[in-house]
Amino acid sequence: MVTSSAAALRADLRAATGDVLGVGAGMLVLGTSFGLLVVNAGLAWWWAPVFSAVVYAGSLEFLLVGLSVVGTPLVAVAVTALLVNARHVVYGLSFPLHRIRSRAGRAYAVFALIDEAYALTATRPAESLTGRRIVATQVLLQLCWVSGGLAGALAGATLALDVPALDFVFVALFVVLAVDAVRAAREATPPLLAAASAVVAHAVAPQQMLLVATVLVVALLLLRHAVRWAGERRA
Amino acid sequence: MPDTGYLLAVVGVAAATTLALRAAPFALRSALRSSPLVDDLGRRLPAAVMVILVLYLLRDVPLTAVRPGLGHLGAIAVTVGVHLWRGRALLSMAAGTVVYAVLLAVLPG
Repeated sequence: MVTSSAAALRADLRAATGDVLGVGAGMLVLGTSFGLLVVNAGLAWWWAPVFSAVVYAGSLEFLLVGLSVVGTPLVAVAVTALLVNARHVVYGLSFPLHRIRSRAGRAYAVFALIDEAYALTATRPAESLTGRRIVATQVLLQLCWVSGGLAGALAGATLALDVPALDFVFVALFVVLAVDAVRAAREATPPLLAAASAVVAHAVAPQQMLLVATVLVVALLLLRHAVRWAGERRA
Repeated sequence: MPDTGYLLAVVGVAAATTLALRAAPFALRSALRSSPLVDDLGRRLPAAVMVILVLYLLRDVPLTAVRPGLGHLGAIAVTVGVHLWRGRALLSMAAGTVVYAVLLAVLPG
């Protein structure tokens, strides 16, 4: 019994390592550019692993660095976190949490439910995934992200490494996320409303552009929903 | 440089908000599934938020100045193009970043 469960554990770990290989390498590289950003923004190197271990939300972490060096109010930080990570609400609807038996394992799985973890687990047939394989996949992903951030921050702090081109990695990440989201939505109006909101917010409140633009676009989408709903009721 | 207490508060607020969002659907599974408003926002908000974030990141780029302006626009065009073509996030980001580095080096300041 002992040997067979040890063999099952090894098989789960091997399967998880195979699952993570490609995505993990990418997270290591992106994590490194995050670590460099932290140090180049003027924060101490150890904030990189703190952000990546505690917040653990890649795209939000990049934004937090920029928001915190200008002393953004905590309410605006909370609203930004809410809007940037709102997509995670959808993940829970189909993530195979029921495969994980231990309480601690389930708690960690929810905490570490990043885009990549969702993509690697929810898209596979649930029968082929053991709970241990899911949790091991998530632990390996976070190890890649934290160690990438640590490596980048230490390189930036000790070698005073400043690569201006790496700033663009961050822009490119959001461009890719935007292309994916626009393509999945198959609708041009929300992105156009968003672009208009961003331009208006930049003009009227450049210091609070992110907050004003997102509140504006949520209001517009709610209004649109209400108008359509009223239209359907009349019809 | 911001003080440690403020940064810890930023980390705490961001972590708590993120965790609440990740845990919410498991607590509210049935309610979320049946609400047309949540469903509607869930489908439309992600694209809108990402577009705003891209424009937010570009807010300080002088788009009419040759090097930063053309550097960003060219690199973004390549990122979008490669992503529509191959659909592999890391490849698109790598291609865009390399083009950005090249444009910074060759364009006149």
